Amino acid sequence: MNNRTPIIELRGAPHLRKAPSVDQIMRNVVYALLPICGFAVYQFGLSALALILATTLACICTEHLFCRLSDKPTTIGDFSAVITGLLLALTLPPGFPLWMAVVAGFVAIALTKVMFGGIGFNVFNPALVGRAFVQAAFPVAITTWTPAFAPGRFTEFIPSTLTLPFVVPKSVAGWVERIAVDGYTGATPLALQKFGDGNLEHVTTQNADLFFGMTAGSAGETSALLILVCGAYLAVRRMMDWHIPAAMLLGAFVTSGGFYLVDAGAYPTPLFTLLSGGLMLGALFMASDMVASPTTPRGVWIYGILIGFLTVIIRLFGGLPEGVMYAILFGNAASPLIGAFTQPRVYGTGRKKATKP
Amino acid sequence: MADLHHKPTPITMDTFLRGIWKENPVFVMLLGLCPALAVTNTTMNAIGMGLATLFVLVCSSALVSLLRSVIPKQVRIASYIVIIATFVTIVDYAIHAISLELYNALGAFIQLIVANCVILGRAESYASKNRVTKSVVNAFGIGIGFTFALLCLGTVREVLGSGTILGYSLFGESFQPWVVMVLPPGGFFVIGAWLLLFSWLKERKQRKILKQEETARATG
Repeated sequence: MNNRTPIIELRGAPHLRKAPSVDQIMRNVVYALLPICGFAVYQFGLSALALILATTLACICTEHLFCRLSDKPTTIGDFSAVITGLLLALTLPPGFPLWMAVVAGFVAIALTKVMFGGIGFNVFNPALVGRAFVQAAFPVAITTWTPAFAPGRFTEFIPSTLTLPFVVPKSVAGWVERIAVDGYTGATPLALQKFGDGNLEHVTTQNADLFFGMTAGSAGETSALLILVCGAYLAVRRMMDWHIPAAMLLGAFVTSGGFYLVDAGAYPTPLFTLLSGGLMLGALFMASDMVASPTTPRGVWIYGILIGFLTVIIRLFGGLPEGVMYAILFGNAASPLIGAFTQPRVYGTGRKKATKP
Repeated sequence: MADLHHKPTPITMDTFLRGIWKENPVFVMLLGLCPALAVTNTTMNAIGMGLATLFVLVCSSALVSLLRSVIPKQVRIASYIVIIATFVTIVDYAIHAISLELYNALGAFIQLIVANCVILGRAESYASKNRVTKSVVNAFGIGIGFTFALLCLGTVREVLGSGTILGYSLFGESFQPWVVMVLPPGGFFVIGAWLLLFSWLKERKQRKILKQEETARATG
């Protein structure tokens, strides 16, 4: 017997590697989201942490509850509810009252996922439907922004976070005044750009601040760089279709570029459009939802460009400063149609009509 | 037609109760959803709408049943509509006279009772084939069932949407209203939730029966 280790490892067929399972993909998406969550906590403190925990727990509990009610084995082990919870928290304002966040998590899972048959059957991105519901139900709370890097953010909550259930959240105006050092207004870069702050019309925030995430905004949407890095991790591991974010960013860039060329004074620069608001987070982690997006190669481009285009149109001409959420939901609704129209030609069938013999 | 008169089935409690639970117009038959979604943003509107529909339903069923051998088959739908429209006009004037506030809140939906499928459906499928008392009893049950369904929607929407019930504040000043609940999407959310609850109860009952049968078979 010889004990030498073989230099060449011989194996029989098949040589294909096993495709990653749903659990594996979902777990990797969670890993990719964790740095963004970490940055949100670093930036907004305890409130962001509580918000992330609240939505995630709400999503997991809702899924478990509905599985129990329908006598099916629980599906919380596949991490998809965790993703919904994390994404939902990242799209909410950091000082969002926790009870409203729980409502959003419940609606996200119950209405969008469980009702349609669980994982793999959701027509829309669950996290965005949850957010759209609370946007419609609590329009004031969801547009109350608090400053980033507030002093003492790791020791105290933002006052509106710990609101009792069914109670109007406390005003954060006094708190913001106390902690803010340089006349901070609490508006996000997008709101400043769209509505101005009273003295100056259309204030544009520095692109570098937007890129590294030094601004106010929803808990996890501020740092474009971090989102890009985390998204790239998924794309490199082939757990996300990179065409969708690319098409969406391209669509937004070209559309806003067109408007900027027409009137540079009235419209923001295309770079500002790309870096501000939830566009990055939406493009990399929400529009690319595997279930609610088309699967055909051409359809993916049409879908992404459509969402990017709609985002810019809603931002510039809609009543709200941000349009990513509705644009993606619209894209989700259109994706079966896009898929049906862009079916690839089956190999072997002719391009032209078959001529009669 | 004639053979239907041979042996009239007796009126039982089921004739009445059927409309409330087993054949509830909104939750089981999914008829009359337009008023059920449109005017149930407060409990008062729901009660007003439910009672108005109940009145039209009972009266038109009685008249249709009375005239069922006179109305020619070819023009029966038109005849039913004329009968229903007559009672809707009465209700319209009555509500206008009794409560202007309710009249304004319900708006065009009072006149639209004419087009409510629940009423036309009862006339076509029940009143035109049954004796007057039986049709009236059945229509009364359906009307109560409709009012009950509207109340289910109206209370939930009013409590969540404005924190009140019949206009009385439930939670005091600090209540956060769920704006979406008094808007049209709220109606869809709430009716969906009720339908979910009812079908879940039904399914659970069936599952229990199945399980009992299985255990009976296993032991026996």
